[in-house]
Amino acid sequence: MKAKVYVTLKPGVLDPQGKAIQHSVELLGYGGIADVRQGKYFEIALDGALQESEARETATRMAREVLSNPVIEDFRVEIER
Amino acid sequence: MKFGVIVFPGSNCDHDAYHVISKHVGQPVDFIWHRDTNLSAYDAVIIPGGFSYGDYLRAGALARFSPVMASVKEFAARGGFVLGICNGFQILAEAGLLPGALIRNRDLHFICEHIHVRVENDDTPFTNELKRGTVLRIPVAHAEGNYVCDDATLAELQREERIIFRYCDETGAVTDATNPNGSRDNIAGICNRERNVLGMMPHPERACEDLLGSSDGRDIFRSLAATLAAAHV
Repeated sequence: MKAKVYVTLKPGVLDPQGKAIQHSVELLGYGGIADVRQGKYFEIALDGALQESEARETATRMAREVLSNPVIEDFRVEIER
Repeated sequence: MKFGVIVFPGSNCDHDAYHVISKHVGQPVDFIWHRDTNLSAYDAVIIPGGFSYGDYLRAGALARFSPVMASVKEFAARGGFVLGICNGFQILAEAGLLPGALIRNRDLHFICEHIHVRVENDDTPFTNELKRGTVLRIPVAHAEGNYVCDDATLAELQREERIIFRYCDETGAVTDATNPNGSRDNIAGICNRERNVLGMMPHPERACEDLLGSSDGRDIFRSLAATLAAAHV
């Protein structure tokens, strides 16, 4: 079983890296880009014997306590069998 | 009085801090390895600059889980003095001992240069040997020094006079042009409500000898020593 955790900057928190990426892809000629926000993605392999609800709870706790900083970031957890 | 300098894997300003306390403040000081948990011998601890845990995940994020940090929290709750410099400030913010967070600099660069900060509050254990409005020339060296917080936190910091240093020019003018990293309200250093925990991005320990370009940082350490002396510890 795998937990996928997506950590993204909260709306309103400046993302200078996203801005730089946007600038670069626009220089390459990509058009129609309104905004780029950079985030983090984690894959956590979990014991297959866990119930999906337990896996979700564990991954959510990890995301809240370690993987994200709640002052500046939001997160989303997906569980894949 | 006794000082401690906490050493994480990746700390690299620990020896500078130790040198300043022993040579310029003239007080006993120990290194404290991050796995140690007994801080009972100390009156003040310094969390030094560097790249603890390689800045993995987020700057300061993993150091916060080192065994010593639970002790630092108890130490601070008991009124012990904690000074976090650069990575130390990042660690204190990640640990929740100071509000807000430090994110990537506005212009993305690692900034390594002497800048100016203005003393905004001289009624703290870390600035009582300074005067409000004094301009200090101190180096910064960071990629993640851009202080962010929500509106309510900023209002609280302002109301409670917990913004201790602001980035300014050599005359003390605080403008966007004197903000090296995009920090909200030009914040270079803040303290907690009880005023015994200070976090700052500039490196006063690197500005304690004229030979190094500035000795303006010395008064911060001397203030702390004066505070401890007045408390007869």
